[in-house]
Amino acid sequence: MSTKILLSHGGGGEETQSLIKNLFFKHFSNDILLRLEDAAVLTMQSEKIAFTTDSFTVSPLFFKGGNIGKLAIAGTVNDLSMMGARPKYLTCAFMIEEGFEYDKLEEIVISMRDEMVKSSVKIVAGDTKVVPKGGVDGIFINTAGVGEVLKEGISAHALRQGDAIIVTNEVGNHGACILATREELELQSELKTDCASLWKSVEALIDAGIEIHALRDATRGGMSAVLNEWAQTSNVGIHVKEADIPVANEVKGICELLGFEPYEFANEGTMLIALPQCEVVKALEVLKRFEETAKSALIGNVDDRFEGKVVLETPWGSERFLEPPKGELLPRIC
Amino acid sequence: MPDVDLIEGFRDPVHMKALAAIIRKECTRQINIMEVCGGHTHTIMKYGLPQLLPDLIEFVHGPGCPVCIMPKERIDHAIALASMPNTILATLGDMIRVPGSKSSLQKLRAEGYDIRSLYSPLDVIKIAQDNPDKNVVFFAIGFETTTPMSAVLIEQTLRLGLKNIFFHINHVSVPEAVDAIMSGGDAKIDAFLGPSHVSVITGYKIYEPIAKAYHTPVVVAGFEPTDVMESVLRIVRQINHGKAEVENQYARAVSREGNLKAQALVETYFEKRDHFRWRGIGDIAHSALKLKPAYAAMDAEVVFDDILPKVLLDDHKMCICGDILKGRAKPYDCKVFAKACIPSNPMGSCMVSSEGACAAYFKYGNLNLKGAKA
Repeated sequence: MSTKILLSHGGGGEETQSLIKNLFFKHFSNDILLRLEDAAVLTMQSEKIAFTTDSFTVSPLFFKGGNIGKLAIAGTVNDLSMMGARPKYLTCAFMIEEGFEYDKLEEIVISMRDEMVKSSVKIVAGDTKVVPKGGVDGIFINTAGVGEVLKEGISAHALRQGDAIIVTNEVGNHGACILATREELELQSELKTDCASLWKSVEALIDAGIEIHALRDATRGGMSAVLNEWAQTSNVGIHVKEADIPVANEVKGICELLGFEPYEFANEGTMLIALPQCEVVKALEVLKRFEETAKSALIGNVDDRFEGKVVLETPWGSERFLEPPKGELLPRIC
Repeated sequence: MPDVDLIEGFRDPVHMKALAAIIRKECTRQINIMEVCGGHTHTIMKYGLPQLLPDLIEFVHGPGCPVCIMPKERIDHAIALASMPNTILATLGDMIRVPGSKSSLQKLRAEGYDIRSLYSPLDVIKIAQDNPDKNVVFFAIGFETTTPMSAVLIEQTLRLGLKNIFFHINHVSVPEAVDAIMSGGDAKIDAFLGPSHVSVITGYKIYEPIAKAYHTPVVVAGFEPTDVMESVLRIVRQINHGKAEVENQYARAVSREGNLKAQALVETYFEKRDHFRWRGIGDIAHSALKLKPAYAAMDAEVVFDDILPKVLLDDHKMCICGDILKGRAKPYDCKVFAKACIPSNPMGSCMVSSEGACAAYFKYGNLNLKGAKA
């Protein structure tokens, strides 16, 4: 019989200590964490520090191309990266449902470790709670992170007339992959999540001296939510061409079946970039060097036609507003 | 597998522009086309088709959204059923979002009641098997497209001997609704786009009486943008030649007779209701189905009759959904459109579901609207 996580693992006693030592310390090991103090003491290289937190709940916990652990690292790394900050230190809190399989927990922890290597970040503080059956759905993870701001001024407020808009991967892969993996659907699909840490490609853009006005990873609400937020925050119009937006055929298929739009699906390793037109060629050249941003494409530009709105142009030249997503995503009926 | 792109092949910009050019050339008079089905409303709005077409062509958004036409009293039925102890209520799509007189299924779910939004009606079987000590009520909605799925679910429920599944049937039918809109004589509709998926089941023969009675062309159209454009062209040509025939543009899926197996299955379990009240339109004779008396033991309207509210509920006086459905008004003609009436707080039927005309106008915005205020 497989080992399960018990309430006693969160009780603070011997079982808790053994879980921390044999699992978390084993995989997350670093000098700061191993000091076992009440709080981590950190040294930062920059005066400006970026600081963020995010909680991760996903069903199913494991999906093609990732799991909740990989999400929890990449998500916080990306939030820091989007502010032009080099991700340095993370904290991690697990809320685990009593009876959760130890092997699954270890698989999640190992994915977290592997994902941290990619951006050279460390978990320097952590917490584990075990809650009675039904208290959470399997496992919830919270991560918080700090990073050193290398490039200031990147902001949703900073879009300007004439800026170009770049998307760094096909849109909608994560949302569609999660839907396809849910047991009710029983879809057979090779579709993988786009879940990835984006720091390496952001760092390369900064190192190449490329001027960046805004950066945002298109997580919940997808591309549509980010572009609408930018248009409203910067009080500009955004014009995108449907023909230029990369969308995987399988994602289109799932959207057709269920009546969804790929632009509203969540992504976990795809960002939107607003930057001056003159930087487009250089930026695309840099982005295409990295696997996670190899499919980067120029999809549109900032204009002043409809301030606060995003206009989507069809391949045959007609236009519509791309409205921000609203409410729960519910499948169509027929 | 031949190298056919079933998505992009029907969205080819060259074909779209060519069709638009031919329609602009051949269309010489005002034509009001009702697209009956909410799926077509979305294709038209999402792909910006009115911008490609001449001003002479006007789309009128019909009653073909099963969530929109559900009267509030029947939503209250769903809420009453879901509020029973030891009960799981299952339904499809955005039915759970629609408010009844006081609450919605979504709000009820947040209060801790067990309400499931399904991808397929057959999921009800597993829910009932996994919860043998609970009653599972399937709140069945939809036009002819989804009725066969409910029939299969009934067949399987009987075959497996599951005693804890009950059905609240709200299946409605297209021809009677179209007839109700046209028979008043005040509808401004010259032609119809026939529904895609409904016609796969029923066959296109069901529109023949409509074409004849009201001298209106009916072109059964697929859901892709080139499908709709080609169908509009066929309508223009029929009108230019004074014809009023049923044509089948969606020949890759629709035949004259339809899916006979599905029709037989529906016949086995269902019969016509005398009347059904459509939100926004009113009472339409023989426009909906109910379970045959032989299946009364699984009919939620019979078994749980004592808890179902009986008061009929009308929409707010300001709502002009009835006129919108008859082609006499557009969503932006309504005083409360996008102000007091929004998708998260709909006052009338057309704003309720994502397939409703007002919701589609709200979502895709006024770039698509001829004559709309910017």
